[in-house]
Amino acid sequence: MEQLAPRLSDALSHLPDYLGAHILLSASALALGLALSLPLSLAALRWRNFAGVILGGAAVIQTIPSLALLALFYPLLLALSSATRSLTGTGFSALGFLPSLLALSLYSMLPILRNTVTGIMGVDPAVKEAALGAGMTPFQTLLRVELPLALPVIMAGIRTASVLVIGTATLSTPVGQTSLGNYIFSGLQTQNWVDVVVGCVAAALLALVVDRILAALESMARRRGERHRLAAAAIVLILCAGAVAADFRSQAGYIIGAKNFPEQYILATLIDQRLAAAGLHASMRSDLGSAVVFRALTAGDIDVYIDYTGTIWTNEMHRSDTPARDVVLDGVTGWVHDHYGARVLGPLGFENAYVLAMRRDKAREMGVSTIADLAPVAPQMTIGGDYEIFGRPEWQRLHRDYGLNFRDERQMQPLFMYKAVADGDVDVITAFSSDGRIAQYGLVTLADPKHVIPPYDAIVLLSPKRSNDRALIAALQPLIGKIGVEKMRQANLAVSRDDHQLSPAGAARVLWQNVNGGGSSE
Amino acid sequence: MTGSSASFAIEIDEVWKTYSPDGAFVLRGVSLAVEARSFVALTGTSGSGKTTLLKLINRLIEPSRGTVRVDGADVAATNAVLLRRRIGYVFQGVGLFPHLTVAENIAITPTLLKWDKSAIAGRVDELLDLVQLPRTLKTRLPATLSGGQAQRVGLARALAARPRIVLMDEPFGAVDPITRDALGRDYRALHDALGLTTIMVSHDIMEAVLLADWVGVMETGELVEYGATADLLARPQHDSVRRLMQMPLEQAERVARLAGLS
Repeated sequence: MEQLAPRLSDALSHLPDYLGAHILLSASALALGLALSLPLSLAALRWRNFAGVILGGAAVIQTIPSLALLALFYPLLLALSSATRSLTGTGFSALGFLPSLLALSLYSMLPILRNTVTGIMGVDPAVKEAALGAGMTPFQTLLRVELPLALPVIMAGIRTASVLVIGTATLSTPVGQTSLGNYIFSGLQTQNWVDVVVGCVAAALLALVVDRILAALESMARRRGERHRLAAAAIVLILCAGAVAADFRSQAGYIIGAKNFPEQYILATLIDQRLAAAGLHASMRSDLGSAVVFRALTAGDIDVYIDYTGTIWTNEMHRSDTPARDVVLDGVTGWVHDHYGARVLGPLGFENAYVLAMRRDKAREMGVSTIADLAPVAPQMTIGGDYEIFGRPEWQRLHRDYGLNFRDERQMQPLFMYKAVADGDVDVITAFSSDGRIAQYGLVTLADPKHVIPPYDAIVLLSPKRSNDRALIAALQPLIGKIGVEKMRQANLAVSRDDHQLSPAGAARVLWQNVNGGGSSE
Repeated sequence: MTGSSASFAIEIDEVWKTYSPDGAFVLRGVSLAVEARSFVALTGTSGSGKTTLLKLINRLIEPSRGTVRVDGADVAATNAVLLRRRIGYVFQGVGLFPHLTVAENIAITPTLLKWDKSAIAGRVDELLDLVQLPRTLKTRLPATLSGGQAQRVGLARALAARPRIVLMDEPFGAVDPITRDALGRDYRALHDALGLTTIMVSHDIMEAVLLADWVGVMETGELVEYGATADLLARPQHDSVRRLMQMPLEQAERVARLAGLS
């Protein structure tokens, strides 16, 4: 409880950046959605056959889970960007704003389309006939009669769309767009409920405020006073200007990427602190998807992030063999250089590998100390794993090489996994070797005598354009080889434990003191 | 009745209309010539084609075959929008623009014709006087008007740009009989005073014979009989027209008898 005030002020210090970016994104998406929907609605009204296609298409888009829609745009835009780069010599950033903008615009279209079409179709035919009879052209009828009369229904659609967009914009964080979702994603990972609540409340308040503003704009438009129109325009302009200013402030300098778990936040923050200490300006894009972040680095949308050799070895290089640690490290280093011109600056000194972990007492009781020991008793056991593991090649190899088959496989938040195995809800979990909770909950990790799981050395990756950036390299060089697994576990535990919990920034400072003061690892 | 003489304000020549390529014809070879300044009523049962015939004149409906001339010019070769701006149009639905004030409703055609503001304002006052509405109604919205007031605003709107031809489709349909009678008589006076050519569609034979100089009777897409009101009342050629024309006479007699008895 005594941590509430500092946490809240820490959370609120990010508010201008997150809120500004959120408003800019939502406003742009809504504007683009409107710009696309209104002409489409008119086309649908003009050619009724077309109406079914348009409304059906918009409805289908609406059924795609928003997170998936956002994630789908990233590879699409990346391909487009590299195509334009090869054609015109200049590409565009496929990370962050653009995919979020397009996905959210598409998302906003259904309510606007449907309400515009039904609103205009609902105008009294006698009034339309009167308009034509009085000598209006079809366009004048639309502008002077149909649109004004359908305005309340159209505005209701726009208001629905705005609430939808503002809410869904929180999901743009994993594709690299700063938003109020940053609070929610990182808060969930570090169990910082203050952050989660601040993010949710801010998004909800923003949605409410925008809804009220749109309602006010609507009634102003209906009263048709010149002064009201000016006031309305002023409100819109001020909102946009504020959002743009906030967004520009958060850009420029080096961009540090981070995936969506606490270790990544700590290391990205540590990089940020090291760059700041060297007088370099940087900003962070956290909570990026695992596949997104690597592509973003190779495309130059982010400059530096921490990845793990095994991830690149299996997911990007599609290798299924599992040689020794240094062989994999050399292989990855050579491969990212040859394929992308990116650079592995070096390993940090610890591994974050998948390991199977279970309660110490249970393991002793069953006589299990390796995965080979586990295989015969596994059919009576339940295993918990994160959202990725059961689809990964390592899992298939564990199946194949150890004959490992569990009674049940349960996917869960990594956050809850450790507690679940400690409480006996599951018997085994797929833990991460650098996680501090292995020790916290008294778990043992099982040896992998057949070397099925590849090594996962944490490495510093630099984008192609930063691969020879001396200032950047000089600032990060002191970290190379200096973070042993015990130091990382302590830092990870510091942000996930219940007592005396640290923020990622706090844990990063402690980690740096350990690295700087402790000399070599451990 | 064919040929174009300058004295005819409207000439309809062998007009056929169907809504589907091989469907039934809703108009079957109708011809009609209307002299300037005359008041014509088109009557007949529902579905006889009288509204369709009316809407051919301001091109709200296009004929499948045949020609329509207004002031000697083929309407097919005339810009439909400009044509409608010089023909007044009043119909049963009234169709006042609910989001515009009475004054803005009346001013709509002059506004489209880009008259200047003071001319429009003056014209609105003039029209309110003409249709006998108080000028205080100007800023009201249509929803606040009575049925009779709405009909009068609709009439004022139709007359705003000084049309010489007015088309009316059941113009006094949606009001009580007393208001209806007053509206009809007031309009007839306006028609005479302004020198208008009026074509009115009405299924009410009593209203038709009381207001119009000429009456046309339509049946299943054909104009079965057309003539001066008095002639049609006195010497109808068809049995069906005779039965129709006797109705107002019989009704008048019955009412007179009732009045005599009481």
